[in-house]
Amino acid sequence: MQQAPPHLEAEVNALLTHYPPEQKRSAMLMVLHAVQEQCGCVSDAMIEWVAAKLECQPIHVYECVTFYPMFRRKPVGKYHIKICRTLSCELAGSHKLCDELKKMVGTGMDQTTPDGKFTISWVECLAACGTGPCLTINDDFYEKVTKEKAEQLLANLK
Amino acid sequence: MAAVERKLITARMDQPGYSNRLESYLAAGGYAGLKKALAMKPEEIRAEVMNSGLRGRGGAGFDCGLKWSLVDRKSGKPVYLICNADESEPGTFKDKQIIYKDPHALIEGMVCAAYANGVKTAYIYIRGEFAEGCKILLAAIEEARAKNFVGTNILGSGYSLDIFVHRGAGAYICGEETGLIESLEGKRAYPRFKPPYFPAVFGLWMCPTIVNNVETLCNIPLIVAMGGAEFAKIGTPNNTGTRIMCVSGHVNKPGYYEVELGRITMGELITGLCGGVAGGRKARAIIPGGSSAKVMRCDERFKGRKRDGTEYDWGWQDVPVDFDSVAMIGSMAGSGGVIVLDETADLPKALANIAEFYAHESCGQCTPCREGSLWMAKALRRMTNGRATKGDTDYLKSIADNIPGRTICPFGEACSWPVQSFIEKFRDDFAKLEK
Repeated sequence: MQQAPPHLEAEVNALLTHYPPEQKRSAMLMVLHAVQEQCGCVSDAMIEWVAAKLECQPIHVYECVTFYPMFRRKPVGKYHIKICRTLSCELAGSHKLCDELKKMVGTGMDQTTPDGKFTISWVECLAACGTGPCLTINDDFYEKVTKEKAEQLLANLK
Repeated sequence: MAAVERKLITARMDQPGYSNRLESYLAAGGYAGLKKALAMKPEEIRAEVMNSGLRGRGGAGFDCGLKWSLVDRKSGKPVYLICNADESEPGTFKDKQIIYKDPHALIEGMVCAAYANGVKTAYIYIRGEFAEGCKILLAAIEEARAKNFVGTNILGSGYSLDIFVHRGAGAYICGEETGLIESLEGKRAYPRFKPPYFPAVFGLWMCPTIVNNVETLCNIPLIVAMGGAEFAKIGTPNNTGTRIMCVSGHVNKPGYYEVELGRITMGELITGLCGGVAGGRKARAIIPGGSSAKVMRCDERFKGRKRDGTEYDWGWQDVPVDFDSVAMIGSMAGSGGVIVLDETADLPKALANIAEFYAHESCGQCTPCREGSLWMAKALRRMTNGRATKGDTDYLKSIADNIPGRTICPFGEACSWPVQSFIEKFRDDFAKLEK
């Protein structure tokens, strides 16, 4: 059985207290977020670990990992740039911005730069329609992103 | 009517120097509604909410007091409250403002609502992309707990409540309340059959459950403070209170505007508050209630008879911003997200964007929606890339016509209404793509 990093174990145990003891499986999404944050992605071994923790079958974990767009089976770059693809941001120029970003970091959609630093992906509506184009870099939100602002953002990422 | 805002919920967050910390909220008179609520009986609060006429601000506009009255209180099972903070309808960004800028307004609303319904445990289901929002809420709950606004024996009342934050993970369907419940139970967010799985009876863990939107809950302390009858004087009959309208697309000042329901027109919202259509151009199409709402054609006259028998003859500018008027002209006020498309907009391209969204977000449970949403997106991809073939417009329409009413949840309608309405109102734009 896969060993989890001790702090992950502690974090997951704390999360489990948020749900009734007979409903451990309910912690699924929170636990998968914690796993992904600590391990970079959700591997087969971690799926088994989560299943044991939540007292369910690995298939129950696997079906969630494949259903929810935020979970990934393979690692991404150190900085995952997700650009809003949806209508209001497109009207505000997100698709042009995306082309510029791809040029700046030198990679295509859903690909990672050879140095492992950047991955660029589309994401559906981020609920910042009035301040598009918007994007997230890991957990951070950026709105009204121009080409200049994007250059600055990238330059600040070490 | 005048193009002015009426800020009840957004009043604090827009003040200079206001922070999302507890001291800001308290200095602005926060948690006074809760103190008053705890001195009342739960059923008295429920009666005030019923009298207020408050309608859900999530999308369906269902009467909040009525929703609460349907809760099965005799089952002997615990009642749960879930705040739906999975804001993901394209065009909508109001709940995010509340969560990031004034989280205690939501927490106070939740404690009031929970107390009124005998809830001991409540969850905030926040969309996964709001990672910072999640941290803000967690910090706010801790602040509130330290001052005994949340937790055990709240303010000495004997009433106790725990609030937990639960993150989603990027699936739009979790905004549908039974899909949300499945997701909170740790499963794929497949919406449930209704009947029998009405959340008020068989909700979270098969217990009676109330699912309310963020903005809806923020109205509860206001109703407690001023009384339901007084609240009902804001706005118009059957459309009471204010609503935070989100405007995006081709306008000069996109953003969120809190207005009294029915006391401002679409024209006043767009040409007044939003500074008009960008570049001084004309509006060609408006999506009035989030991307799933049927599109309005701006050179159309909307005619008919109101519920009270009087006739109306409106241009798009004259349509009052409220639930009933937008429904009368054949669309819906939905989630309050208004997207403006001007005369230069490429409408098939805009529709193609919307269709891609729904194809991506269909949960895949029901065949007509899973396949139909994808076929529509593929057809539109082809049409907007110069590869339309003769009959594509009718083909697209026939797919859209065969989805609604054949799915478990309203996603079937949500993905077909834009296609049906864009083709109905702007057929020429699509037909001219055909070779």
